[in-house]
Parts: sequence; structure tokens; C-alpha cells
Amino acid sequence: MLPLIGILIVIVGFALRLNALLVVTLAGLATGLASGQSLPDVIAAFGKAFVESRYIAIVWLALPVIGLAERSGLKERSREVISHIRAATAGRVLLVYLALRQATSALGLVSLGGHAQMVRPLVAPMAEGAAENTHGAVPEHTRERIKAMAAGADNVGMFFGEDVFVAIGSILLIRGFLEQNGITVEPLQLARWAIPTAIVAFVIHGARLLLLDRRIAADVSAAADERDTGART
Amino acid sequence: MIRLEAIYVLMGLLTGGIAMVNARDDSNPRRWRNTLFWGVYALLFFTGSYLSDLTNGVLVLVMVGTAATGLGQGTRETVTAADRVASALRYRNRLFVPVLVVPLATFLGSLLLKDIVIGGQPLVDPKQVTQIALGVATVLGLLTGLIMLRPPVTAPIVEARRLMDSVGWAAVLPQSLAALGAVFAAAGVGKVVSTLATTYLPLGSPLAAVAAYAIGMALFTMIMGNAFAAFPVMTAGIGLPLVVQQYGGDVVVVTAIGMLSGFCGTLMTPMAANFNIVPAALLELRDRYGVIKAQVPTALLLLAANIVLLSLFAFPR
Repeated sequence: MLPLIGILIVIVGFALRLNALLVVTLAGLATGLASGQSLPDVIAAFGKAFVESRYIAIVWLALPVIGLAERSGLKERSREVISHIRAATAGRVLLVYLALRQATSALGLVSLGGHAQMVRPLVAPMAEGAAENTHGAVPEHTRERIKAMAAGADNVGMFFGEDVFVAIGSILLIRGFLEQNGITVEPLQLARWAIPTAIVAFVIHGARLLLLDRRIAADVSAAADERDTGART
Repeated sequence: MIRLEAIYVLMGLLTGGIAMVNARDDSNPRRWRNTLFWGVYALLFFTGSYLSDLTNGVLVLVMVGTAATGLGQGTRETVTAADRVASALRYRNRLFVPVLVVPLATFLGSLLLKDIVIGGQPLVDPKQVTQIALGVATVLGLLTGLIMLRPPVTAPIVEARRLMDSVGWAAVLPQSLAALGAVFAAAGVGKVVSTLATTYLPLGSPLAAVAAYAIGMALFTMIMGNAFAAFPVMTAGIGLPLVVQQYGGDVVVVTAIGMLSGFCGTLMTPMAANFNIVPAALLELRDRYGVIKAQVPTALLLLAANIVLLSLFAFPR
């Protein structure tokens, strides 16, 4: 039971909105100590795992390009392009991205999307631009909502697309695990059973993206009403 | 052979450059803290593979301590909004080129690089092709941008600093969580959770077992931040012994949809920082949990759908 202290620290820390980096580190140290290691050993184990996980950070190498393009007006241009497409609404823009992300991931092209490379410079500004086109000025909390849904479209599209592709890590992990337990399965069988969930994921999240447009309209008219009453009193 | 180490040198240059730009920015009241944070991170990229584990651990603690006291952000604008509008009018759709070079070159690189052999040696380490391709692609994207847009030489690093400081310490969180996962695994957290689940959950029917497996996958993924860590534990604890062996569920259907149930958990947890916390910072959301909140309805509906799919297809009649 004692190793669970780390989980407790994480849950309490995140709930209290303490600095997450501090919470995670303390949870790691506490778990290590609870399992009977000495403090230097725990710190060394944490340092080793941190350094071995440096590959996760490679995505940040895209920032100089993205920053440079933003400085030259990338976001402004993204909005301008969307403004010429009459049918574009925030929800539909994100729906198209969800479909593309899911379809390309299913073909194994996972690296064609991502938050740093695609969502921040292109997808989110386009969705925001489309909302402004349809509704005029959009309140700040609605803008936040649109950006959050843009990030969500990338996640849902990738998670529930990639398993349809046979050579992805999770399929190989399932296969390897079953092999250790004396069961042999083909990657293609596993990938086939990822298809029903992929379809359901697209239907659920796609429907929510289309509902986003209604919500934006409601938010905008609520904000307008507020301004009217404010002006009258 | 190109290994990840070469890409880590690039990361060291990026984070080291960010530290230097921070050191020179007196519009940031906490500039020295930022300098220390990114400077130590740069050191970990340059020398992390050569220092002792304990030294690396202490360096990580220095970063965590600096972040916990609060990092700052410079307020000086690099270019004005009017400049950006003018520039957008000038370059028009060409602006998309350097940005799109990155994903396209990553994709092509991850397909092509693994087959190139020079003098009997593979050009890139076959196990790390995608990461190396991404690293190379960002350099190509940057060169394209420099040639097309002809900015001042310092612009890429100054702009990278602007974006990175808006993300702040959250940029390092995914790595810390990976380290936490390793500590959890070594301490046997998974076995404890699995024992608790099988001891206290009512598993008296196929449907209950299927639901316990799927929900267990989602919950344990939320704890570990990673469906890959949850999968072996939950499948060895509930999936194989109960759903497959006791109730005769189809092992392919059970494990395939079991993993996808774990992904529903990934959508709902701050522990999956690179999918949920980092984008919130990158998109400059005021609510750090904004992305998670936007995803929870999808995740819950999809988890329910997975349970239905499992009970329909896992038990052939």
C-alpha cells in the first residue's frame, strides 16, 4: 500500500493546482523513499529517467520556425484565408482537421499533425478566424473554448486513428504482451478491431464539434444582450 | 550514423539560446530565474548522457526548485500587430511554406531515412528514425523560413524564446511524468492497483468483468498518464484471467478495445501532459485544464461505447 503515496500526492497536488512540476517531483521522491530506497538513489533514478526521456522534448525544435512565421504574420494570414471560405465555421474547420488527422494517423502518418507544428500556428487561428467571420467579435471565454476544442481534435484524431495502422507502438505492445503469455495474434487482427472505436470516436467528437458552432452563437448573443442591458441602465 | 545525441545538441543550442535571450531581457523581472531554468535544461541536453545519474538528478531538482519559485515572461514586443498585418499582406500564402515543411519533411524522413545505408552503416539509428526525422525537418523548415523571409539573424531564437516562455515549466513536465512513471513501475505501483481492483470489484458476470476491465484501463491510465503502462497490469489482472479465460472472451477483441479504453483515460488526465497540459500552455489558455475539460464528454461517451462494443463482439455466440 505504501507505494500509493505518490498517487495521493499527485491527486492532491493537481486538485490544489500547485506547481505541477513540483508535485510530480515530490511524488516521485516520496514513492521511491516509500519503496525503501535511499534519497541519493531515488534522486539518481529520477535523474536517469528524466535524461532518458529527453526525446519527448524534440517537438520544441519546431518553435524557431513557428515563431519566425508568426512574426511575419502567419496567424493573420491563416484567418484571412479562412475568411474567403464562406461555408467555414469554427466547428466545421475543426471537423475537417479531425477527419484529416484521423485518416492520416490510420495510414501511419502520425507525424503530420501535432500541437506545436499544426494546432498553434494553423488550426486554432483558422477556427478562431472562422468564428469571427460568422459571428463578429467573440467573447474571451468562447475563444478559449475554441482553442481547447482545437487541441482536443488533434488528440482524439490521433489516438483513435493510429491504432488502425498495424505498425504503431500500441499494436506492437499488445502483440508482445500476448506473446509473453503464450498467445500469438496477428497485428492485422488487432488493427481491424480498432476500426469500430475509430468510427464511434469520429461520430462523437465530430458531433460535439458541430455543436460547438451553436454554443459560439449562444455565447455571442448572450454577450450582446449583456452589452445592451449595460448600455440601457 | 546519426543518433539522437546529435538532435540533443540542437535542443541544447535552442534551450541555451533561450537562456541567453532571457539573460539580456530586462523587461522580465525574473529574468535570472528563467536564465537558470533554461540554462540547466541546456546543460542536461549537452552533457546529460555523460554525467552521473545523481548529478543529473540534482540538476533536475535545481530546475524544479527554480520553476516552483515562479518563472517570468518578458513584456517587450518583438514586432507590432501592424507590422504583422503588413507582412501577412506581403508574403500571403508563402507564409505557410516553412511551417508545412516541418510535418512533411518529418513524414518523408521517417519513411526514407531508415533505408539509407552508407558504407554498410545505416545513416540514422533505425530505432529513432521518427525523432531524428523531426529534428532534421525543423532545421529544414528554419532554413526555408530564413531564406524566404530574410529576418534579422537573431529573430528565430528571440521568437522561439517568446513561445517557450509562454509555455514555461510545462515544457519540461512530460519528461518529469515519464520519470515518475519509471519510479512508479520500479516501486510496483501497478501490482498494488491491480490487486486492489481484483479484490474489491464485483466481477460476477461477463458484462461486469468487461466493464471493470475497460473502466480499470481508463482509470489506471489516468493515474499513470499512459495507456502503455496500464495495459500489461490491467490485462494481466482482469483482461486475461477473467474476461478471456473465465468468460471465454475473444482475446483479440478484448485487448484491442481494452487499449482504446485506456486512450479514453489519456484524454482526461493532467498526467498525460504532452497531450493535455502542454497544448493548454502552448495555446495560452487561461485554464490549465481547459483542454481536459473540452475532452471529458468525448472520453466518457467513447468509454461507454467501448464497453458496449466489447460486450457485443468479445463473446461470439
